[in-house]
Amino acid sequence: MSNLVQGQTGEWEVVIGMEVHAQVTSHSKLFSGSSTAFGAGPNQNVSLVDAAMPGMLPVINGACVRQAIKTGLGLKAEINLTSVFDRKNYFYADLPQGYQISQFKHPIVGEGVLTIELSDGSSHAIGIERLHLEQDAGKSLHDQHPSKSYIDLNRSGVALMEIVSKPDLRSAEQAGAYIKKLRSILRYLGTCDGNMEEGSLRADVNVSVRKPGAPLGTRTETKNLNSVRFIMQTIDAEVERQIEVIEDGGEIFQETRLFDTSTGMTRAMRSKEDAHDYRYFPDPDLLPLSVTQDYVDEIAAELPELPDDIRMRMVDEYGLSSYDAGVLTEERETALFYETASAGRDRKIVANWMSVELFGALNKAGKILAESPVSPAALGELVDLITQGTISGRIAKDVFAEMFETGEAAASIIESKGLKQVSDTGAIEALIDKVIAENQDKVDEYRGGKDKLFGFFVGQTMKLSGGQANPGMVNQMLKDKLK
Amino acid sequence: MSVDNNTVKKIARLARIHVDEDRRDALAGELNAILSWIEELETVDTDNVEPLASVTGHSLPIRDDVVSDGNKQEQVIANAPETTSGFFVVPKVVE
Repeated sequence: MSNLVQGQTGEWEVVIGMEVHAQVTSHSKLFSGSSTAFGAGPNQNVSLVDAAMPGMLPVINGACVRQAIKTGLGLKAEINLTSVFDRKNYFYADLPQGYQISQFKHPIVGEGVLTIELSDGSSHAIGIERLHLEQDAGKSLHDQHPSKSYIDLNRSGVALMEIVSKPDLRSAEQAGAYIKKLRSILRYLGTCDGNMEEGSLRADVNVSVRKPGAPLGTRTETKNLNSVRFIMQTIDAEVERQIEVIEDGGEIFQETRLFDTSTGMTRAMRSKEDAHDYRYFPDPDLLPLSVTQDYVDEIAAELPELPDDIRMRMVDEYGLSSYDAGVLTEERETALFYETASAGRDRKIVANWMSVELFGALNKAGKILAESPVSPAALGELVDLITQGTISGRIAKDVFAEMFETGEAAASIIESKGLKQVSDTGAIEALIDKVIAENQDKVDEYRGGKDKLFGFFVGQTMKLSGGQANPGMVNQMLKDKLK
Repeated sequence: MSVDNNTVKKIARLARIHVDEDRRDALAGELNAILSWIEELETVDTDNVEPLASVTGHSLPIRDDVVSDGNKQEQVIANAPETTSGFFVVPKVVE
């Protein structure tokens, strides 16, 4: 599949890099003992360190360091045993220190890789440039007063991992797949909850365009996107805008842009000429951060099985398609549900029931898997009843709908509704005889060579049985009878 | 590297320090004096010398991940020129 975009003057290649800010899952902040809990009253989760009162000193939270290393290992990245915290200087109302403590020259995690799968079945290795630890800023509310902004520092000092990709992404679809995969890995690792609505995962998107083979074009950066959809819309809008500007003889400026969710367009931020003059220097309040290789190895030994590994196992051992396995492993809960439901059964049938019937029903009901009225064991039992021939696949769909509705077990629904599959030769024969008697003309045509009519007879017999006849037996017996 | 009048103006703005125009030349001179001392240090041969982060020999102190602070909204906003319902209130800074 070509990712090139057609313009007036020919095709353009899109080059995208992403900087993702992932809130580290921890109880307390990166450099202070105040809580990271979401939803507290204004300035409640703030210590004098977070408010940058004079004389306060930062003390690093060991759990955040561990989480960053764990994430690095999950991204198959190089872990730097020594890293350094720097001050990134800028003034903004929600940054009380006047600088953000970040890591500039010596991040804790170096180069890694993340593999994305696209809907066309292709997979792409996207380079990770680095991951570093830094502080989040506070939150400004601009809509509470006509001429004032309100500042809440609850988020100030919360640990973030900034995960920077290489400019390896080539389309909005790839960028969407990248953020989803990254979120999935973070959730499997338990290092970030990935909740984009609450701001636990936000992305800055760097976009440029060029003629295929040409040097990189000038990029723009659109900041603070908090949904997969906005990321993809931003890229589409920005690509279209840049191509138009260049083809009209204009020039792209390296600038920070904002995505306007109401128009679906990006616009330039009011220009701040000094915005990028951060004057980084090593934070004199913090010694370099050193960890031992033993410590890293200990974390590596505790890593859970990650989605790529599970996916590969599902393809190799269970015989699932790569696509189905991808769907089942995107969320850890889904993979666990599937493993439980399919253990000791036909893995493929369970996969099919999960991705078609269960996900379909959940979607329709607006529920997530954790709220499913059908438990893994209950779904497994239903599949058993199909494979044992107690009910047909057709009837099973009705049974499933009933299970989803009432939460009842498959066996009891089948019992109370009398839905058991009819595998009694005599009963099926009676049905077939009736169908033949009522459609004598078609029987003659069939015997005269119109083979296609066979399906008609099967359909009629099944219909007459209320869907309960064993389809395999109907097929076989019809063949014999119609000879 | 040499600091001129315009550089002084720029770094003063970045640091949000007000410097009167007639002070800039004098400041440029002082800053250049500091930079030339640093240039002098650069003549020392530091090949094969590890950068020194601290003379104490201490390593970075590390905290356990426990909530031990916060819940002091009143103290946090006590010095603010303007507050409302627990928020700091500042002139509008919207992009």
